[in-house]
Amino acid sequence: MPVDTTTQVRAPSSAPGRQRAGKGIHNQTGTGWLFVSPTVLILGIFLFVPVLMAAWVSVSDWSGRGSPLSSNVNFVGASNYAEMLGGRGLAARDFGTAIRNNLYYVIFVVPLQTAAALGLAFMVNKRALRGKGFFRTAFYFPSVTSSVAITVLWLFLFSASGAVNAFLSAFSITGPNWFQDPRGVFHLLMGGGTAPAALAEPGLLGISTWEWISGPSVAMCAFILMAIFTTSGTFMLLFLAALQSIGEETDEAAMVDGASAWQRFWHVTLPMLRPTMFTVITLGLIGTWQVFDQIYTGSKGGPSKTTLTPAFLSYQTAFEAQRWGRGAAIAFVLFAIIVIFTLLQRLILGNSDPTQPSRRDLRAQRTRNTAATTVPVGAVTNSTGGGSGG
Amino acid sequence: MKIRPFQLGLAAVSALALAAVTACSSGTAASPTPGGAASANTNPVSVLIGSSGEAETTAVTAAVAAWSKQSGIPGEVKVASNLTQQATQGFAGGKPDDVLYVSTDALAGWAANKSLEAYGDQLSNKSDFYPKLVEAFTVDGTFYCAPKDFSTLALVINTKLWKDAGLTDNDVPKTWADLETVAKKLTKGKVKGLVLSHEVQRLGVFMAQNGGGLVTDGAATANSTQNVEALAFVKKMLNEGGAAFNTDIGAGWGGEALGKNQAAMVVEGNWITGAKKDYPNLDYTVAALPAGTQQGTLQFTNCWGIAADADNKEAAKSLVEFLTTTDQQLAFAKAFGVMPSVQSATEGYKEANPTMVPFIDGAAYAQNLPAQRDVSEVLTELNSKLAKLKDGDPQAILEATQGDLQAVVG
Repeated sequence: MPVDTTTQVRAPSSAPGRQRAGKGIHNQTGTGWLFVSPTVLILGIFLFVPVLMAAWVSVSDWSGRGSPLSSNVNFVGASNYAEMLGGRGLAARDFGTAIRNNLYYVIFVVPLQTAAALGLAFMVNKRALRGKGFFRTAFYFPSVTSSVAITVLWLFLFSASGAVNAFLSAFSITGPNWFQDPRGVFHLLMGGGTAPAALAEPGLLGISTWEWISGPSVAMCAFILMAIFTTSGTFMLLFLAALQSIGEETDEAAMVDGASAWQRFWHVTLPMLRPTMFTVITLGLIGTWQVFDQIYTGSKGGPSKTTLTPAFLSYQTAFEAQRWGRGAAIAFVLFAIIVIFTLLQRLILGNSDPTQPSRRDLRAQRTRNTAATTVPVGAVTNSTGGGSGG
Repeated sequence: MKIRPFQLGLAAVSALALAAVTACSSGTAASPTPGGAASANTNPVSVLIGSSGEAETTAVTAAVAAWSKQSGIPGEVKVASNLTQQATQGFAGGKPDDVLYVSTDALAGWAANKSLEAYGDQLSNKSDFYPKLVEAFTVDGTFYCAPKDFSTLALVINTKLWKDAGLTDNDVPKTWADLETVAKKLTKGKVKGLVLSHEVQRLGVFMAQNGGGLVTDGAATANSTQNVEALAFVKKMLNEGGAAFNTDIGAGWGGEALGKNQAAMVVEGNWITGAKKDYPNLDYTVAALPAGTQQGTLQFTNCWGIAADADNKEAAKSLVEFLTTTDQQLAFAKAFGVMPSVQSATEGYKEANPTMVPFIDGAAYAQNLPAQRDVSEVLTELNSKLAKLKDGDPQAILEATQGDLQAVVG
């Protein structure tokens, strides 16, 4: 924003005028900094400095007593990282297991919650729907409830003799003891049994291929369902806002062109929701990779470590095993994973669609100030700039 | 799933870091102690406890108040919601609570970073503690802290189910074979003869009874024949139907299984008294665990740790001595059902709690689980495999544990 102002102010002014204007701008900049300084200071103290300190801890032998910056804490290079990324020991296997568990969690939760949120948003956006306000509140409600409360509720619902199993037994299905069942669902689909010799050798991150392909455990499935249940409401709200900003004209125009309801959804509405989709998936990825509180209150990583996640492992390693360096290292690897996933996702969602014009096209379009047909596209891409610009 | 503040680990570490910074500054300000003054340190003593409930909090608070009255030094009891975490934050910040509960699992880590004062040998009543408890709180030959209380594991029998199956006091199992027989007799419908937790903290008793153990004289012995046989015996009982894991029958722990009449026998410690609160109709009998080749059980304990950075270590030590006197130990036993850690209180405890005698008698032959640094992660890993013992291979499970154990204890 300040850049825009400068060009606007500077361009028309004469030489002495420019000087004056320049001085004013200097003052403005100073004032600007003054206004943001509380935030900068708070962010600096509570975010930036701690991140740097944690980075230091991850390459140090800090034991957990006294300041990590004191003189008796030594630099140990990448050994904390090497221990869990390269080794075959328990640290590496725990980390591998945590990554596997969380990967399945992400793979299941992100698409399902996005689809569910979109579906809900469509439903409560229908003009014909009665009691819209009620449904919107009802769907959003799980999101405002504390995740600890929901976890406790879930523990009851999914207990061996809980409501879910009672419901299943009405269909003569014997439900599993959800939160105590460590069996992987892919293993179950394959008919259980033990690992074939070829897959039993320790592989990536110290755990065998057989373990990698286990799928989420039955216990993890309960957590996956919970994540979808709690988060869909939040993302429904985002989709709802986006849907309402599209306007009826677009839909009507497509209707006039003879598009069916499905075509209107797939070829008109969905592409226009792309920026929101990006936001929802990004937030979903970050949130699912960081899953902690449900695990902490619900299962502590059990049964058989099948709900262990990197965030919880980081906590456990630091606070319980007193291996602070490794705990911090796990947090940084997790950070890297989140960044990589977000970039990948951006790459896929940002460039794969031919109907989406690039930024250069956009600029050209804007200058040409072209006619009617591009208007909806223009509307979309404008908001793309807002949504993904950060 | 909510959007969490940036990176949990970072936040945790940073909180500590900030605490450290503040603590350091205040520490330097306070460090010049009033020189010359010969008067004793009267800094207040804070006590951090992880309480099992109202009764324990009240009892400890009353005991500390009694000591304060006697010594003239103010004392304060704080109840932690997550003891390990709160204590850790205190140690990192340099301002820990002076006296705190320390579990055997946490001891090695806090001893290694020198957070705890090794004051055990300075206690005037050192010789009164059960030797095996002293061993539990000894790291590399140094006795760190005074055992607070303890429990061994015993066989807890649901009296009603026992009688329903036509069994008498004479049928209480003395050997593994007896155990198998009565377990089968008691298993009927929804009732399981023997209900166990799938963790080495319970199944370890069979290893002990077979003359095994995970660590022997400082060396890993997880894959010994005795241990393999012990797990094979448990596996056999699970598969023959006489025994089950509590998770298989949907019970949180043995006490719940017993209270819901799902289990006729469980292996638990003296905390089984807690089941009475949830299931007032429950009637149980405590018996010594059956013997394999020998008598064997496991014991669990906590100690009164004193922080190395405590403001008033002398007062803290005197408080701990006060809390571990015979009378005070018996008072705690009466108030919240723990077992005294000092031998001088044994007879008093037996008199007051005749039904609990097998627990305290177990002290004679109880083993400690290994508690060296990083061992608790190895045990967690072992437990994750024991959950699948029914279909698992005891030998393979223990071989894996042996590898992990060797990496940490040698």
